[in-house]
Amino acid sequence: MQPTFSSSRILQPVQPWFIFFSLIGAVILNFLPTAHWPGVPDWVALVLCFWCIREFRRIGMGWAFVLGLLMDVADGAVLGQHCFAYVLLAYTASALSRRILWFPLFQQALQVLPLLVATQVFQALMRLAVGADFPGWGYFIGPVVATLLWIPATFILLLPQYRPVEQDPNRPI
Amino acid sequence: MAGIDHAPPPFFKQGPAPLALLTFYIAVSLAIFVVDLRFKSLELFRQSIALVVDPVQRVAQTPGSLVDYAGSYLQGMRGLQQENNELKHAQLTTAPNLQRLAQLEAENERLRKLLSVKEREKASGQVTQILYTARDPFSRKIIVDKGQQAGVVAGQPAIDETGVVGQVTRVFPFSAEITLITDKDQVVPVQIVRSGQRSVVFGLGNGQLELRYMPANADIQIGDTLVTSGLDGIYLPGFPVAKVVNIERDSAYSFARIFCVPIAGVENFGEVMVLDPRQPLPPAPPESTGRPGSSDKPGLGGKKKKTMGKGN
Repeated sequence: MQPTFSSSRILQPVQPWFIFFSLIGAVILNFLPTAHWPGVPDWVALVLCFWCIREFRRIGMGWAFVLGLLMDVADGAVLGQHCFAYVLLAYTASALSRRILWFPLFQQALQVLPLLVATQVFQALMRLAVGADFPGWGYFIGPVVATLLWIPATFILLLPQYRPVEQDPNRPI
Repeated sequence: MAGIDHAPPPFFKQGPAPLALLTFYIAVSLAIFVVDLRFKSLELFRQSIALVVDPVQRVAQTPGSLVDYAGSYLQGMRGLQQENNELKHAQLTTAPNLQRLAQLEAENERLRKLLSVKEREKASGQVTQILYTARDPFSRKIIVDKGQQAGVVAGQPAIDETGVVGQVTRVFPFSAEITLITDKDQVVPVQIVRSGQRSVVFGLGNGQLELRYMPANADIQIGDTLVTSGLDGIYLPGFPVAKVVNIERDSAYSFARIFCVPIAGVENFGEVMVLDPRQPLPPAPPESTGRPGSSDKPGLGGKKKKTMGKGN
């Protein structure tokens, strides 16, 4: 697979354990005490969206559901709130994956923005519908920041696949 | 790993269609959302997931608490000495009241016995450390470090050194979740100290509280203190809850809008005390006593009101 479909560089296949650990890492990033600062993105949504676009055969709605349950319990939110939002995110991301990967990274980020915003909006709607209080507009800055992080996230999460296939210390270039 | 090791694309076995899977997961999510919200019957499920999540979350919170610790460590001698002096001063100012408290309580008990009124319950509980604030931006909750193992049960009230903080709403094996009184629609039955009127105070979700169902001409002033009335069987009577900061009397509505701020440092504290559950209240008199039964009810109510006023 290439970094984007228009690129001529062929990447190594992804390692399943790397996907797993990157998702666990995102969960731990979410647990950090930075969660109450405005504009801190939902790391799980970002990484999940990334893998659903890149590897929709491996990471899909099942993973989204399980991660959603973890986040619901960790947040003390109503069970099912994150599950719903993440499952929808996973579905749309994998449905759009063939299209999104044709674009350069910056335009990919623009296409990911509505997905991440929708994830927050669905959660807010679910809770507001059952009588929670409005969390403030700062809640919706997170997805915008996550979109800005799309390019660095792509770079970091694809790093292991950039390794050369044959490691020859004596090769000329 | 060399070359392309992708399995050939599975043309025929792809599992259920994505749309079918989506429908399934959405249905399950919505189902558990409704069940958790309305029937509260998924607590065991939540506790078992929390058993896995909780240790990780505690570890992830350590950078923050380390920074706090370093900050307090570097605060220096002078700050600590000043704080120590202030505390000694505060202790001295409260000493006269405290020294007589034991005697007053004994006297109160004796008088209550003379009046053959039920004795006041003594407040006792356990001190808990606050681990972190729950991440959920839609509610105001904190997590403390004592849970089922320490005998905490849902419903116990929590206080700090100045007043009521909240109520335990969920209990996990090694931690418990306290919903703050400022959480939206969190209710505390209160009594106005100055006038003795009883009402209920609701959290607004923005850090303030609202005293509802007080008539527009009610005797209430800015600066009035609200204490728990103890009528609910959860909070012991007499704990400070809130101070009135703003009153809007609009003749278009039958109730005044009364806003209060919590007295306890509800949003910023390090330790809270979880009070032991109260002894169950005496059973309410049966409703269907008819005419003859109702004649002795006012007498009972009057007596209760009198003791209420005295108790505070």
